Amino acid sequence: MFENIGEIVLLFWRTLLAMPQAWRQRDKIFDQFFEIGNASLLMVCVLSFFIGAVIALQTGPVLVERSLPNAVGGVVGIAIAKELAPVMMAILIAGRIGSAMAAEIGSMRVYQEIDALRTMNINPIHYLVLPRLLAISIALPMLVVFSVLVGWFGGAVVADLNHRMEIPFRVFFADLRDIVDLKDVANGVFKSFCFAVIIGTVSCHQGLVTIGGPRGIGRSVTKAVVNSIVLIVIFDYILTRFLLK
Amino acid sequence: MSDNENNHHSGVGLVVRGLRKSFGNQEVLKGVDIEVKPGEIFVIMGPSGSGKSVLLKHLIGLEEPDAGEILINSEPLTTPEIAAKYRMALVFQSGALLNSLTVGENVGLYLTEHRLKPAGEIKKIVEEKLADVGLKEAVDKMPSELSGGMKKRAAIARALVIEPQLILYDEPTSELDPLSAVVIGDEILELNRRIHVTSLVVSHDRDLAFGVADRIAVIIDGQIVTVGTPETVKNFNDPRVQEFLNADFKRDNKQPRL
Repeated sequence: MFENIGEIVLLFWRTLLAMPQAWRQRDKIFDQFFEIGNASLLMVCVLSFFIGAVIALQTGPVLVERSLPNAVGGVVGIAIAKELAPVMMAILIAGRIGSAMAAEIGSMRVYQEIDALRTMNINPIHYLVLPRLLAISIALPMLVVFSVLVGWFGGAVVADLNHRMEIPFRVFFADLRDIVDLKDVANGVFKSFCFAVIIGTVSCHQGLVTIGGPRGIGRSVTKAVVNSIVLIVIFDYILTRFLLK
Repeated sequence: MSDNENNHHSGVGLVVRGLRKSFGNQEVLKGVDIEVKPGEIFVIMGPSGSGKSVLLKHLIGLEEPDAGEILINSEPLTTPEIAAKYRMALVFQSGALLNSLTVGENVGLYLTEHRLKPAGEIKKIVEEKLADVGLKEAVDKMPSELSGGMKKRAAIARALVIEPQLILYDEPTSELDPLSAVVIGDEILELNRRIHVTSLVVSHDRDLAFGVADRIAVIIDGQIVTVGTPETVKNFNDPRVQEFLNADFKRDNKQPRL
């Protein structure tokens, strides 16, 4: 992975330079946005609800036993907004959308469709990479906002219904509001934007450098997902360190 | 290949001098020299792996040579400006249609992406070009619904939209039945007659080569062995050329090969 970092950064830079073409590619951006957002919504909903639920289940009884029931909302709220929603959604999207991007572009590369674009003087970065990168950069932060809300709701449901907590819904959200700032949610959304750029660039790059036949496409898909996840985890630490200042 | 309008409507001349290309330690092109006249159908023949497709990729700018030069109408093809000055199209061996687009969208892609015409006019041009290759009714089909021959004809229609001055065909009859191969051959001749485009065909199909070529070059092991009219090449006295041109199945019951 690390030998390709230079190429990945170069691809990102070239895509940034292509940004003035974005309006011309708006139809493709919308198609990609719909594919990423709409198709992932149900999965995001289920995943986020249970992440919120399990965090409440893990931390709630321990805090209640230590006479800290009013910290449950805050702990669940902070954990989901700042860490779990951005990271888990990024990993989900890397697996679901990053793999699809690498497979589609990789297959276009193997079957000479990208060469065909070049012979028609159509820049593959404008035509393929730019719409995908922009769409994922808009869609993932929006999914994360949705995921945060559903995650909080999942945590509140468990805190209310679990006999070892029995924290009413209204109290859970009042405690959460006391501790969680809008800035905390914004931190998570900013992180998810960075993760989206990583997933989009890594997956498109992996697709563009695919060689061989179906086996090559399979290898590219695996590399795109694994490399994205590794970079997400590394950048999660760096961004958290930076945002904590 | 260009957004620029240019006034050349007839074919262009092409000269390749001393073209060399290696991939790793393997030298694929070992100093190729060819000269194609404007409006000519020039066929490059040779066995598989002789460097034909690599040569074609150099001509369209998909590969960069290690040494040598390519001249179009006497201008070296070294800068994107020169490449953009002349309209060139490549018909890929596989057709290379974009599988996510319909046949009509594929054919109109060049005009749509470069915004050269309004949508209504693009639709009309697409129908016209598809009709030219006998695929008018396939406009809304996906490439996966087409046969091999239809894909190649759709790829020719896509190339025609560019109104090329030089059209390159990479193995246009490979994987086709003899009847479809004849249709493609006729298409190449018809286009050349109708729009006087310079056509460079890379093929190992002897019937196609001798059927459509004004001149033929034979490439073996990355080197041009002979260039001439079909008759000259047929009578060229070189054992490698004769072996390639006359290779045929021989049923030998006494010494089975398997």
